[in-house]
Amino acid sequence: MEKLLWLVPLLPFLGALTNGVLLKGRISQRGVTAVACGSVGLSLLAALASIGGYLTNGAFAGGKPFELVLWSWVPAGLVSLGGGVLADLQIPFAFLLDPLSSVMLFVVTFVGFLIHVYSVGYMGHEEGYQRYFAYLNLFMGAMLLLVLGNNFLVTFVGWEGVGLCSYLLIGFYYDQEFPPYAGRKAFIVNRVGDFAFLTGLFALVSQYGTLEYRKVIEAVAANPEKATSPYLLGLSLASFVALCLFVGAMGKSAQIPLYVWLPDAMAGPTPVSALIHAATMVTAGVYIVVRMNVLYQLAPGVSLFVAGIGAATALMAATIGLAQNDIKKVLAYSTVSQLGYMFLAAGVGAYTAAIFHLGTHAFFKALLFLGSGSVIHAMSGEQNMQKMGGLAKHLPVTYRTFLIATVAIAGIPPLAGFFSKDEILAGAFGGGHYLLWTVGLLTAGLTACYMFRAVYLTFHGEFRGTHEQAHHLHESPKVMTVPLMILAVGAVVAGWVGIPAVMTFGKDVNWLHHFLGPVIAEVPEHGGEHAMSHALKWVLIAVSVAVAVVGIGIARRLWGTRGVAADDAFKAAFPAVQRTLENKYWVDELYDATIVRATWATAAGLHRFDASFIDGLLVNGARHVTVAVSMVSGFFDKYVVDGLVNLVGWLSRQGSRALRSAQSGLLSQYALALTVGVVALVCLYIVMR
Amino acid sequence: MGSSHYLALSAILFALGLFGIATRRNLITVLMSIELVLNSVNLNLVAFSFERSDLTGQVFAVFTIAVAAGEAAVGLGLLLALYRLRSTTELDRARELEG
Repeated sequence: MEKLLWLVPLLPFLGALTNGVLLKGRISQRGVTAVACGSVGLSLLAALASIGGYLTNGAFAGGKPFELVLWSWVPAGLVSLGGGVLADLQIPFAFLLDPLSSVMLFVVTFVGFLIHVYSVGYMGHEEGYQRYFAYLNLFMGAMLLLVLGNNFLVTFVGWEGVGLCSYLLIGFYYDQEFPPYAGRKAFIVNRVGDFAFLTGLFALVSQYGTLEYRKVIEAVAANPEKATSPYLLGLSLASFVALCLFVGAMGKSAQIPLYVWLPDAMAGPTPVSALIHAATMVTAGVYIVVRMNVLYQLAPGVSLFVAGIGAATALMAATIGLAQNDIKKVLAYSTVSQLGYMFLAAGVGAYTAAIFHLGTHAFFKALLFLGSGSVIHAMSGEQNMQKMGGLAKHLPVTYRTFLIATVAIAGIPPLAGFFSKDEILAGAFGGGHYLLWTVGLLTAGLTACYMFRAVYLTFHGEFRGTHEQAHHLHESPKVMTVPLMILAVGAVVAGWVGIPAVMTFGKDVNWLHHFLGPVIAEVPEHGGEHAMSHALKWVLIAVSVAVAVVGIGIARRLWGTRGVAADDAFKAAFPAVQRTLENKYWVDELYDATIVRATWATAAGLHRFDASFIDGLLVNGARHVTVAVSMVSGFFDKYVVDGLVNLVGWLSRQGSRALRSAQSGLLSQYALALTVGVVALVCLYIVMR
Repeated sequence: MGSSHYLALSAILFALGLFGIATRRNLITVLMSIELVLNSVNLNLVAFSFERSDLTGQVFAVFTIAVAAGEAAVGLGLLLALYRLRSTTELDRARELEG
């Protein structure tokens, strides 16, 4: 059954091709829906069949990945690795199915499919329905390539593909002013990361002569001395590649300092935000880091850097999330924050926890975004929570599912977010990173607080919108609420695949750990977590739950009872803090003042150089010279050459005029001439005599 | 009466003929003027023939008269043809062959 793997990315691509090119504008809305959702649905089935086939055959039991080579793609042949070593560089177009890509494959196709179904309802009345689904299918196809590639090059195609699709989808409403700008911003910020990512790939090719994950990992594991020997910029080979890949991941997964595109990405349709944030693009960075965990383990400095960036991002985004009034912006900063969590996990060596949190996060974040979409749908496009309130009784399904997701992300057991977050915190604590653990804990409390603030402002209290909106309020159609319910189930149960051993009283049912075991390299010094006593683990769990409860309690005290007034009170009490948070620490302004302004200035300078020197002096100068030369040449032509020609003509005419008079045909003239001649002859005779 | 008298008369005739040719436009008058010129020549021939007692000049004069007769016939034929073509005998109207 795993032979069906090639169908998984192909089907969404075919859907995109059908809707975007082949049947563009020549198919009913129903047909568009069938093609778009059908292709992703079939892709989900193919993915499930492939995973099922892989899990039940012998290769999985032996810990071996399944590789499906479709064709030889880059048969580069022998390349020199320096020092007289040659390598046979062959990059196949091949897919890889191992435990890690299985988890990713399931999350992407399952959540992606639900988002497609939801979009049918959400985008039903929108202009550009077919274009939307063409882009969405393309996004799925690219993400599946990224996940399934068995080498960096196939992954890179998907990596760039999701970048392109994010640009297309964020800028979907191209007739408005902001969305195209946001799309461009996402694309450009991602390119910065992509540059580093590519640099990492070049380093790998030049050092190992291969881009296939398996071969790279084998080569690194077989010869750790080479990987840890100094390579470039004072970094070891492993550190350099790991750093490059992580900078790429910073762009894709919106980490400090490359996170600025993600909140602006809210300009796209809400299901797109759900897809980008939950199941696709932003998880790519985490996926790559976990995929290359061998390198990261040989680069402890870079790992610490990853963890530090992750923790800083998590905390900073969480604080910003506290002060946002746009419901989607709150969720966007929440995503940035949760991604920081995942990198924190990857950085401290808890790779399984990173993927675990990625998976659970996909469910509850998709649910949160789709729920916010349902709210926005009911509010006729209103996104400001200040103008909502009391929506719980009008949108019962949305409210309940949103609440489940909020509890899940807040980290309350036994919902999904609790298990994954707890594992990350345990990993940080067990690894001896107490500062990172504290930051993570603080972030968890903030997360619970700002998420419940969103719930209270949106669903509780009195309705603060216009009378028209109040009249219009309605629950979303089934096509939107059913995906919400399915995702809500996921948000509850998704964490149960990784229940820590301490909670089952020693019985080891942490299925995910065993499942991902083969792709996570052994970490010698990672024994800390296992070495912790049961009592300590219980304490950690209790502390994290307590922090979440405190966060919720604060939110309830402030916004649960006082609503928007709490925001105003906070604003009055700490105006500077409020302004700083509302303006997101002025990072965008900082970029604007430095990088953007500098780029513009450089561009303006180059433009001036181009306009004045190249255009003005060279091009226009050449023009003036040419004009002058041609004028001289024209003058010469007109007066000298033409003058000579005309002179010849004039002489001929004058000559002919003279000669013509001798042939007048007037007899009397002839006679006169004769007479004159005779007289002249006579005179001559007389004179000469 | 010496030969100079003849020569003088001949010169007068020649001048009259030449004047006629040069000034007249009517082809008939021109032809008549040409006869005058020819006759002035004939007079000269006869006068010198008489003075030198040599008949050759008189023979030439007879030839000239004969040729002049032929010429007059041809000239009158041309005149008729011209008149048929142009309904006029004005010389200035027959300039097709001018250069």
